[in-house]
Amino acid sequence: MPLSKDEVRHVATLARLGLEEGDEEFYAHQLSGILGHIDRLQQLDTEDIPPTAQVVEVASRLREDEPRPSLTQEEALANAPAAVDGSFRVPAIQEEA
Amino acid sequence: MSDRDWEVVIGMEVHVQPRTRSKMFCGCAIAELNAAPNTHVCEICLGMPGVLPVPNKAAIEACLKTALALNCEIPRHTKFDRKNYMYPDLPKGYQISQYDLPMSLNGYLVVGARTVRIRRVHLEEDTGKLIHAGDKLHKAWESYVDLNRAGVPLMEIVSEPDLRSADEARDYAMELQTLLRTLGASNADMEKGQLRAEPNISIRRAGSEELGVKTELKNINSFRALHRAILYEVERQTQVLESGGSVVQETRGWSESEQRTFSQRSKEFADDYRYFPEPDIPPLELDRAWIEELRAALPELPGARRGRLVTQYALSSSDAARIVADRSLADLFEEAAAAGAPAKQTANWIVGEIAPTGKLPSGKNLAELVRLVGDGSITRDQGREVLMESVETGRTPAEIVAEHGYAQLSDVSELRVLAEAVIDSNPKAAADFRAGRKQAMQALMADLRKRAPQANPKIANELLLKLLG
Amino acid sequence: MTSSDLTELGIKEASRLLRLGSISASDLVTAHVERIERLDSHVKAYLRFTPELWEKQADEADRRIRQGDAPPLAGIPLAVKDVLCVRGVETTAGSRILRGFKPPYTGTAVARLFEAGAVMLGVTNCDEFAMGSSTENSGYFPTRNPWDLDRVPGGSSGGSAAAVAAGEAMIALGTDTGGSIRQPAALCGVVGMKPTYGRVSRSGLIAFASSLDQIGPLTRSVDDAAVVLSLMSGLDPLDATSSDRPGMEVLNNFGGGVKGMRLGVPREYYDVKGIEAGVKSAIDAALAVLRIAGAEIVDVSLPHTDYGLAAYYIIAPAECSSNLARFDGVKYGLSEVDAPNITDEYLQTRRKGFGTEVRRRVMLGTYALSSGYYDAYYLKAQKVRTLIKRDFDEAFKHCDAIVSATSPTVAFPIGSKTQDPLSMYLCDVLTLGGNLAGLPGISVPCGTSDGLPVGLQVLGPQWGENVVLRVARAYEEASEVRAEVASVV
Ligand SMILES: [Mg+2]
Ligand SMILES: [Zn+2]
Repeated sequence: MPLSKDEVRHVATLARLGLEEGDEEFYAHQLSGILGHIDRLQQLDTEDIPPTAQVVEVASRLREDEPRPSLTQEEALANAPAAVDGSFRVPAIQEEA
Repeated sequence: MSDRDWEVVIGMEVHVQPRTRSKMFCGCAIAELNAAPNTHVCEICLGMPGVLPVPNKAAIEACLKTALALNCEIPRHTKFDRKNYMYPDLPKGYQISQYDLPMSLNGYLVVGARTVRIRRVHLEEDTGKLIHAGDKLHKAWESYVDLNRAGVPLMEIVSEPDLRSADEARDYAMELQTLLRTLGASNADMEKGQLRAEPNISIRRAGSEELGVKTELKNINSFRALHRAILYEVERQTQVLESGGSVVQETRGWSESEQRTFSQRSKEFADDYRYFPEPDIPPLELDRAWIEELRAALPELPGARRGRLVTQYALSSSDAARIVADRSLADLFEEAAAAGAPAKQTANWIVGEIAPTGKLPSGKNLAELVRLVGDGSITRDQGREVLMESVETGRTPAEIVAEHGYAQLSDVSELRVLAEAVIDSNPKAAADFRAGRKQAMQALMADLRKRAPQANPKIANELLLKLLG
Repeated sequence: MTSSDLTELGIKEASRLLRLGSISASDLVTAHVERIERLDSHVKAYLRFTPELWEKQADEADRRIRQGDAPPLAGIPLAVKDVLCVRGVETTAGSRILRGFKPPYTGTAVARLFEAGAVMLGVTNCDEFAMGSSTENSGYFPTRNPWDLDRVPGGSSGGSAAAVAAGEAMIALGTDTGGSIRQPAALCGVVGMKPTYGRVSRSGLIAFASSLDQIGPLTRSVDDAAVVLSLMSGLDPLDATSSDRPGMEVLNNFGGGVKGMRLGVPREYYDVKGIEAGVKSAIDAALAVLRIAGAEIVDVSLPHTDYGLAAYYIIAPAECSSNLARFDGVKYGLSEVDAPNITDEYLQTRRKGFGTEVRRRVMLGTYALSSGYYDAYYLKAQKVRTLIKRDFDEAFKHCDAIVSATSPTVAFPIGSKTQDPLSMYLCDVLTLGGNLAGLPGISVPCGTSDGLPVGLQVLGPQWGENVVLRVARAYEEASEVRAEVASVV
């Protein structure tokens, strides 16, 4: 299935990827090429085949409910691009202020 | 509005924080409400690169217990899924939740005369908290992210749309709270956000089978708010429909200060969560032996206990409901009853005196107190003081009574002197009473009790009547 | 002993000299640092160096050696791929979006090697978020193949493979999601091993595709790979998918040779489209060596091989689209914090921070999971994954291990595949099946084609590391082909 420019735009919006001039054509073309290869999957009859999400069988392993030390506030924010009074700062959440 | 024409249809989504010491997928302790921001976070709940979630066994047990108490089916396998959306309070860009293989399915909860079907109870993680500069989201020029709550476990209890009024919805939420507390699965304190009820509401023409367009309400912090928000929303929808409009499917926030719901702009993402199985957590096998062990360990559930208190102790159903609403009160009642206290009086003491303060004596001490008041050794007023002191010091009521020399004054000649003094000091009340205003007696009795708390109220009252007659 | 000799040692010989006191851990570090200073401006294997760590760790190793309680890797110089978090060391997954990020924790595999006495030299280059087969997708610069500087080292663990091949590290860590350890090992003429999924904790590994990723060693001998792998392996309370299944517990139980073993050659791999004649003849020679060593070579079939790449390029991008959502400019890394609103901050940060290949895969994966396409793509790929797993299960009924070329080609010229993503993806056609099925696999050098290294891949059943190592070691011994240190310039 080739990917249209509209679909590229929709997917980029879902994935929060900014597009620039020419990106829509570029990715529509490239992703269509890859999907062209991927579409061979449709040739296979998988009606009765269960999906594999985890390939190795591992017993469910749970954590005991025991608190462990957290980071300090300073450590938690050490990598933050912007921090104010112990919190991460982000720009306005709604588009029109 | 023409109530008779419309039927209200309510389903509830309730998020409950299970009682755990640590978060859902990491070892961070659960923060108090007033903790400084980002002090209960680690690389895992901050969603740092390279970290992996490991599920908390206690959260899973709390969820399973709740599901069992709600009569749910527990499948043999369950798994976690990722719900993908980007929002600044969601550090990984996805929430670990459960999609098509939840921890439990198809239960029910009896609330009064209504059997509410439970669609599912599943586990997920909470998001962080956003604080908006200027307080209001839509006016904020920036916001601040506190991730202390990020990764706190949540059980999501989803009902079918079986509730038919604001009263029922509130009663359902209260019943859930009682159940969760009885199970010890959650403290379920609404003010602390440990129980968050999100009703979805629609109305339809009475007799119609089709569901109307629903709205979902958020930001509800108390049972009262839940009740009012639903009443408001039903009224709003009715007006919209009766004026020929149509209800828009949306999420609406409840404003406590304005006492109304308002449209919340949907979060800034298209509504496509791209759920897929969480590859970092292997599917969980819910071992039958484990489930049966949990089932066997369930305490007596509130519905059953209420019924038993009514039949076994002849309590009124309202007293039974009030007492069973708090497991520790119910336990206290039964301990006192077991120690020989008469049931009705014990229930009165619990409902009237103990429940409002939340301070509980031992069952044995309560039984002794009820007996001392009941046999006339001390007055009810004295009893109240004895109760308080007993709760504080842990000493027995008999010891306290002996120490204070509490005893009930029943000597008629002493009481007559007292009654005469009261009438002399309250000429207006006495005149009022004689003029036929019976309620004036209350003031006279109050003064008498103030002068002599130990006075036998029944004899004192008779004497006053006689002297005024 | 000259310092160039020191950079050609393996773990066993280095440890012997260290324990004898002939050399110190500091000597080993110095020899490697000198070689790095001489060569790395050509090879560009490293993104950054960790002198505070290597000084501290070498001193500690020397102290423990003097005390006579040296742990197994005391003083062994280690290079770490830029996707493995090390406390306080800038770790960026080869991406500009993580520039400056210093993790507050060390991942389990690295921590276990540190406990075992390894001395970290630095952080090696890789394709951004391990997405690529040439290390050209690094957000910083491409790494070059030490055997021919105009060619790629393979990828995504190209920096680690090149560092080991060039004698710039004795051992290195890589990660393998579709072949990212084995393919660069093959192209650089070193040994690279991907363990069974779950053998090594992924805690600390910056995820590309969570159900496929595994950490593994790159070394110059099978013995060294076995030692490093065994020290990293086992259950980790921080990774719910980790396991302590047996198969790695005895270090030397893979020395038994291949006599009597049945080695399967899948015809779909042997004749894979695009395989170079020189690669094929090197593999033929390797099969002959194994046969002479006593193995029975048998034909097996992996009938769904043709669908593997397609399934992989749904599953891996789908998982990556979710794994990379956390790079939002809020908590760490690059950020357009002064954007007018959060949506613009996301769009601009991720526009500037991610390279073309990452964006391509995030889009592909988002598409495959999006409503309306989930069943046709993601679910379908998961079902095909089942078929591929069953192919291997069936094949392992007829053989003990599977042998093939690791890569259909030798190292290709830099820039030759960057315009055509599909041609780059085809580099992994022989390796990604092992990831889809969760199998252990190794690539060992098996001669050259046109002077460039060729790798022999050995795949074993799940938890069959011992089998894989045993075949690889038997081949190494019988062939007398050894990973050599490239002279570079
Ligand atoms: Mg939820
Ligand atoms: Zn945490």
